[in-house]
Amino acid sequence: MTKTVLKGAITSIAILAGAGMALAEGGLVINGDLELTTEAPAADHLAGHLTTVYSGWVFRDSFTQAMEMDDFDNPGMLFVDAGEAMWNEPAGTSGKACADCHADASESMAGVRAVYPKWNEAAGEVRTLEMQINACRTENQGAEALKYGKGDIVSLEAYISMQSRGLPMNVAIDGPVADVWAQGKEMYYTRTGQLELSCASCHEENYGNLIRAETLSQGQTNGFPVYRIKDSVLTSASGRFVGCVRDTKAETYKIDSSEFVALELYVASRGNGLSVEGVSVRN
Amino acid sequence: MAENVTPRVRVPSSAAAGEVITIKTLISHIMESGQRKNSDGNLIPRSIINRFTCDFNGQNVIDVTLEPAISTNPYFEFQAQVPEAGTYTFTWYDDDGSVYTDTKDIAIG
Repeated sequence: MTKTVLKGAITSIAILAGAGMALAEGGLVINGDLELTTEAPAADHLAGHLTTVYSGWVFRDSFTQAMEMDDFDNPGMLFVDAGEAMWNEPAGTSGKACADCHADASESMAGVRAVYPKWNEAAGEVRTLEMQINACRTENQGAEALKYGKGDIVSLEAYISMQSRGLPMNVAIDGPVADVWAQGKEMYYTRTGQLELSCASCHEENYGNLIRAETLSQGQTNGFPVYRIKDSVLTSASGRFVGCVRDTKAETYKIDSSEFVALELYVASRGNGLSVEGVSVRN
Repeated sequence: MAENVTPRVRVPSSAAAGEVITIKTLISHIMESGQRKNSDGNLIPRSIINRFTCDFNGQNVIDVTLEPAISTNPYFEFQAQVPEAGTYTFTWYDDDGSVYTDTKDIAIG
């Protein structure tokens, strides 16, 4: 009996393959003038796995897609405003704001989001943008570290990301980051949890298919931070990873763990070539 | 005052006399319904925007009563006919007595 049911389930998955791919005509154009790349040839390191990479925007319904296409309709912009206020507001014992050292974010932060996570030579570690923000706060501003995942740190991350909107993701995978990248890759293909799912089970082998009522995306991180309609707040990639691993019914890693740094680096590199979306809207 | 309340409004900068324009407004607000309990089992007090109005040169365009079921960051989109050049005034009324306003000028031409 179980076997029959399972067989039926697999058949229906096969029929639905590709059903969720709703490439909107004209693609993702923000405010009618900024065209973002939502479909790109896969990076060389994905040979044998994927030929084309798609932004998560492609997999969403037309209403959600439209919300991202106009900054006024994109609720994530509220958080960008909050992030901008943080940028200009002194914090910590130094009494310095981000703007005091980094001046105009539109110049100093342009392109930053596209290359993170990246190697920090002085610290000798791979840093996500969240880690870099906190390092700057604790070491330079004399402020306390912020909690990862959602809240203030993601608002600031959103403001920084917006300065790179439209630029292609270009995360380095060789040199000093090679070991961490390889660790992330291994995690990506390792099945975990009671459901025995790896990242690849859903996001590589079944993107475009339904998982219950949801259309699976490729799990690209180029759109992060993401405004999730169901949460009505911004979520960072690390916050999303916790949710995704939990959904496999596994014990998750800590949100600030080295494992998630490795995974974030690897997953970001899978999206090389896709546009940074600044703040995206997803379901 | 509820935290991080920022109104945003989009009105075309100009319109032909008599033209019908689309106005969009959004205000960031937690819109706590007053129905939920915190982890200690106590009710989280209601905190919502309970009224929204838009006036044009002193004449009312729209007056909305908001109820607790309305979600976070309430968004309004509506149309208005522009008889003459002037100023739109938008007002949001918070449960705690705070009033947030924004204005937008529109020209004819």
